[in-house]
Amino acid sequence: MTDLLLFKGIDEPGLNTIDVYKRTGGYESLKKAFAMPHAELIEQLTDSGLRGRGGAGFSMGKKASFIPQGDMQKYVVCNADESEPGTFKDRELIQKNPHQLIEGVIIASYAVGATISFIYIRGEYDQQADILDVALAEAREKGYLGEDILGSGFSLDLQLYRGAGAYICGEETGLLDSLEGKRGNPRLKPPFPAVEGLYGGPTLINNVETLSTVPHIIEMGAREYAAIGVQDSTGTKLVSVSGNVKRPGNYEIELGISSREIIFDLAGGPPDGREVKCWFPGGSSSPVLTADDLDISYDFDSLADAGSMLGSGAIIVVDDSNSVVDVAWKLAHFYSHESCGKCTPCREGTKWTLTMVGRIKDGTATPMDLDIMASVQDQIIGHCLCVLGDAMAMPVGSLIAKFRDEFEAEIEAARERRERALTGGVLA
Amino acid sequence: MSDPDLDLLPEFHTSVQRFDKGSRIPGWDRAADLDKDPAEVPDPADTEVPAELRAVIEAEMARFPDIHSAAIPALFAVQRRDGWCTPEGIRQAACVMGVTPAYLTSVATFYDMLNTEPCGPRQVYVCTNISCSLCGADELLGLLQEELQGNEEVNLRGFECLGACDIAPMVSVDGVYVGPVPFDEVPELARQIVAGEDPLPGRQLVKRPSADPKVSGSQATNPEGSDA
Ligand SMILES: Cc1cc2nc3c(=O)[nH]c(=O)nc-3n(C[C@H](O)[C@H](O)[C@H](O)COP(=O)(O)O)c2cc1C
Ligand code: SF4
Ligand code: FES
Repeated sequence: MTDLLLFKGIDEPGLNTIDVYKRTGGYESLKKAFAMPHAELIEQLTDSGLRGRGGAGFSMGKKASFIPQGDMQKYVVCNADESEPGTFKDRELIQKNPHQLIEGVIIASYAVGATISFIYIRGEYDQQADILDVALAEAREKGYLGEDILGSGFSLDLQLYRGAGAYICGEETGLLDSLEGKRGNPRLKPPFPAVEGLYGGPTLINNVETLSTVPHIIEMGAREYAAIGVQDSTGTKLVSVSGNVKRPGNYEIELGISSREIIFDLAGGPPDGREVKCWFPGGSSSPVLTADDLDISYDFDSLADAGSMLGSGAIIVVDDSNSVVDVAWKLAHFYSHESCGKCTPCREGTKWTLTMVGRIKDGTATPMDLDIMASVQDQIIGHCLCVLGDAMAMPVGSLIAKFRDEFEAEIEAARERRERALTGGVLA
Repeated sequence: MSDPDLDLLPEFHTSVQRFDKGSRIPGWDRAADLDKDPAEVPDPADTEVPAELRAVIEAEMARFPDIHSAAIPALFAVQRRDGWCTPEGIRQAACVMGVTPAYLTSVATFYDMLNTEPCGPRQVYVCTNISCSLCGADELLGLLQEELQGNEEVNLRGFECLGACDIAPMVSVDGVYVGPVPFDEVPELARQIVAGEDPLPGRQLVKRPSADPKVSGSQATNPEGSDA
């Protein structure tokens, strides 16, 4: 295993202060970046093969290269909304090493020529936001933010923005609307944020983990970074493992190790006597995989080939003591609650899926409802402004496809329970 | 159901409640109320805004290229003062920002952390999303509800994933994350919430070492782990 990058010394006391961060080599990459022409910086990011860690896995360097040149006001926005169920890696990065993120944002802003940038953090992360506020004040005071940073001639105003509790504000254009002081409704794309984003200006949006990786790429060079991991999935990745495992937590892995190694060797596997029933490889939006898929290499392409996705890198393990119907209900409940309501297939589809799973649980469904549920998912996918609807349709659809027997058994069992209750136990 | 057209509709149509002209939407054809005042930016002359609130909101407005970005921070400022986003507070914030109260209300109603109905000022969230519910979150919420029943100071609610699934099942007490919360510590937690004490100090997330065995000083420097 390669050395830790993002988690290097993460538990060192005081790493969240600028002095300790600098003692461990912090802000050296920034100096190195200032000595490079913008084009070379973006080339480094592209050559590193770094793919976005927020969900979509798009090449960071390529996205930065879409930002037009010219004198217009440009922005970098760090997405610290982290609301995808199962994901909690950005939280640990911000809380324990906020300057690593700040340094990454400064380098990215310099690379694309943004002089005003933002970190949009979910409002629930109150303690982490306070830590970031202190770190930002330190960076301003020590001349890493503000006018003419380290004599480079580059100036940056970096502001923290606290959200107020809405999953959809993690979607990049919903986030921009929220940051502009509106309801967080996603926008029609194109235009993409790189061309017309925050306040109408070109905007580069990246996840906390993506931006925290930037100083390491500059420090070690694109080629050395690209040597970590596997083809098209370079580098290390933080995986958040939770659910039915003995040691839930964030682990920094080299992309391309086996999923079994993460779930069993690192997170300890399910409790004794229990087995993996299904697992979400990349947050609750990713189609579920089963125990048969545990040996899949944990990287972007292998998981996509297996019909799922790496997403945010959040593994949720469900053991065999749980009902998949309950899991489907939680999923549908979450997405129908978080749908912003702008598109009919998403707003109505998530609500009806929730209602139908509810019918299974209370014994009023028939097996035909499973086909209707599957068709509802088909009608959501690809028919909306953003992919929140798809993010419910894909995992729910995969649960029905892979565990149809269990859904049918539960429909029957719940129906009998209901009849028994209605007839006062006469049937029993 | 006075419309004669309706009589021509087949029977099954009338089983859905219909309003004028067969519409399912009540009042769809009612003219706009022209006597009602148009939405207006509150007049500073007759809107009294306490100096502290004004100072906080103005400082927020100055942080952004566009003052509208101060909407959420302004609403949080109102909620901190009043416990929830009161109409009076929204009016004052709108006056400072030079926007209509309706605009701020539309923003407030979108977000889960902003309360537009009266509620207790203490915000306690129990995550009931997938990972936490796999670890007993629904029972935890039920137990805490029993303990805090009738307490008007506390706004206790089930919440979506709070980004702390590693300490499932977990609770956020005014932003302080604690977990995993064993059921037998619920009465103690409830007592601390009511008394305004530091919640379960030994179980706070910010004090937790990394789970990754490669991190020195982590919880599991030995990959087999002591709890395995
Ligand atoms: C419904 C929805 C929710 C999302 N939530 C997040 C989030 O919480 N954090 C995040 O970084 N990206 C989230 N994304 C992905 C962002 O839209 C965007 O792709 C990402 O922030 C880009 O950064 P990256 O390229 O560094 O990954 C979400 C996307 C969707 C459709
Ligand atoms: S897909 Fe859903 S969440 Fe996304 S914009 Fe449409 S209604 Fe809103
Ligand atoms: S599921 Fe509870 S914090 Fe994520």
